[in-house]
Amino acid sequence: MTMSHESENQEMQTSVKPSSLASVASGHAPKTPGTSVLGTGLETRGVHAWFGKHHALSNISLDFAAGTVTALIGPSGCGKSTFIRTINRMHEFIPGAAMAGEVLLDGKDVYAPGTDVTKIRLQIGMVFQKPNPFPSMSIGENVLSGLKLAQLKVDNKDDLLEECLERAGLWNEVKDRLGAHGGSLSGGQQQRLCIARALAVRPQVLLMDEPCSALDPGSTLRIEETIRHLSETMTIIIVTHNMQQAARVSDYTAFFLSDGGPGQMIEVAPTSEIFSRPQDTRTENYVTGRFG
Amino acid sequence: MTVTAVPTKPWKASKRDRALDFSIFIVALLSSYLIVFLTPMKGKLAYFFCFFAAYAVLTSVFKGVQRGSAAAKDALVNSLVAIGAIVTIIPVSSIFFTILKNGLPGIRLGLFTHDMALATPTDPLSNGGLLHAITGTLTLMILSLIMSVPIGILTALYLTEIKGRFSGPIRFLVQAMSGVPSIVAGLFILSAILYPITKGYSGFMGALALSILMIPTIARTSEEVLKLIPNDLREAGTALGGTQWRTVAMIVLPAARSGLVTATILGVARIAGETAPILLLTGGGDKVNPNAFNGPMGSLPYYIWKSFNAGSPEAITRAWAGLLVLVGLVLILFTSARFLASRKVSK
Repeated sequence: MTMSHESENQEMQTSVKPSSLASVASGHAPKTPGTSVLGTGLETRGVHAWFGKHHALSNISLDFAAGTVTALIGPSGCGKSTFIRTINRMHEFIPGAAMAGEVLLDGKDVYAPGTDVTKIRLQIGMVFQKPNPFPSMSIGENVLSGLKLAQLKVDNKDDLLEECLERAGLWNEVKDRLGAHGGSLSGGQQQRLCIARALAVRPQVLLMDEPCSALDPGSTLRIEETIRHLSETMTIIIVTHNMQQAARVSDYTAFFLSDGGPGQMIEVAPTSEIFSRPQDTRTENYVTGRFG
Repeated sequence: MTVTAVPTKPWKASKRDRALDFSIFIVALLSSYLIVFLTPMKGKLAYFFCFFAAYAVLTSVFKGVQRGSAAAKDALVNSLVAIGAIVTIIPVSSIFFTILKNGLPGIRLGLFTHDMALATPTDPLSNGGLLHAITGTLTLMILSLIMSVPIGILTALYLTEIKGRFSGPIRFLVQAMSGVPSIVAGLFILSAILYPITKGYSGFMGALALSILMIPTIARTSEEVLKLIPNDLREAGTALGGTQWRTVAMIVLPAARSGLVTATILGVARIAGETAPILLLTGGGDKVNPNAFNGPMGSLPYYIWKSFNAGSPEAITRAWAGLLVLVGLVLILFTSARFLASRKVSK
């Protein structure tokens, strides 16, 4: 099983042609968005971001339909990470940061005055580039740490623990050592632990900032399976530099680019179209590997 | 034919190398005698100095001839590092053994069960003890810990987590305060609190002055420790819906726990033997004073000072015994703090 996946992976890395990526992308049709159970989704309206005087991101308007996976691709420094950090208000964590525009979650602006920022972050979870389990906690405590941090009560912690680890694809590997340190896991396992941790507070949106950039191909594949699986119940936005990954996991792809100035969104479309019939030549150049 | 592999360590020094090293050592030793004999430098220190210098020069020259100038520099730095370590160990172990040698004869069970209420320092050693001094020193340490640890760590948190507008001036003041001589802290409490308000010796007054010395040490060390906690963890906690306070309390402080214990240990080390503020503020009772807020209270540094001043052989033995007890007490505190800090969190 793993073998076949890895050979497939290698094959794709050696032949970066739009046709091959498009065939991967068209392997699954984009989902029809918007079942009411999942909420009405997430929209950004004219989002700009600044660091001090540096204008990092300009006028991003994107819709993320509930229950879809959207990949953000583009060269380094084009504002992809900054953009997803404006969505769950982690952008303001950086001194000197500023923003403009609206981020609407179920129609309500997360930046509206009087909004409880901690509630927003419970609804919009985040997985970071580097796996960062909490060093002072065991595996089990790590998964449930969000509940303690936000002071939420659950009836059955053991069930939640198992469910989250199961959904993150880690349960079978750690079920016998939930008391061990999070740091004792491998890099890929740590990242799935971080995904499980983000799931425990039951967010409706999950932001992933290059979640596989520090991982080996096998772990990457496990996490991609997890992403596909999770997208049945939540909205996922994933930043990635790996175009094969974008093709494999996402329903929609948005291409970001900075031409020296602030980062802009060049194009957004169903993933298969981005990789087969990009509208913009810059997108085409990027996805065919001619630059970037 | 199968070849059975035998584990060897080819990177280890051969017998010949060791013999060469040893002969360099002997040559250095002999040349140090020769130098002391031929030059006006005399005394034990001269032997030490000449031996170290000769050893460093000889090894680097030898390695240089053998393997070139890079190896010579490497050997020179190596021997300088080794010399530095030895030079540090010599005075420390010398102090330790002197205290042990002079203090042990004064150690007896009565020391830990009696105070000096009915004895004077010049009495035979079977009379009296230093119970009052041990309880007094422990009381002073505990009181100053209760005041300094929260203030010190909160200051560090302000500097690293809140990074408020006053961080710069506060950091500067904390650094300046860590150089305050203990007598200044003592006089400050004396003139600001003891004379105008309480008008009498008490353990609490001493603890106040000791806190002034301890807070900057704890705050600075804690700040360094908290700065080492990766920002990733703070972001992860915040992204999970934690407020800043919850993130600090649940993630940052536990991650920094062993470092914070070290900060506290350094704080205790700073004040354990302080004598000047205690002389000014705590006085030095000769009997156990259970009330830290009223009346003079004994302490080990005061007991040592008073016994040495009394001058008789018995009194001097008492002083050494007091020193030994003080060193032992600090050692026990440090080891237990280290032990507590190193215990694993997982069950």
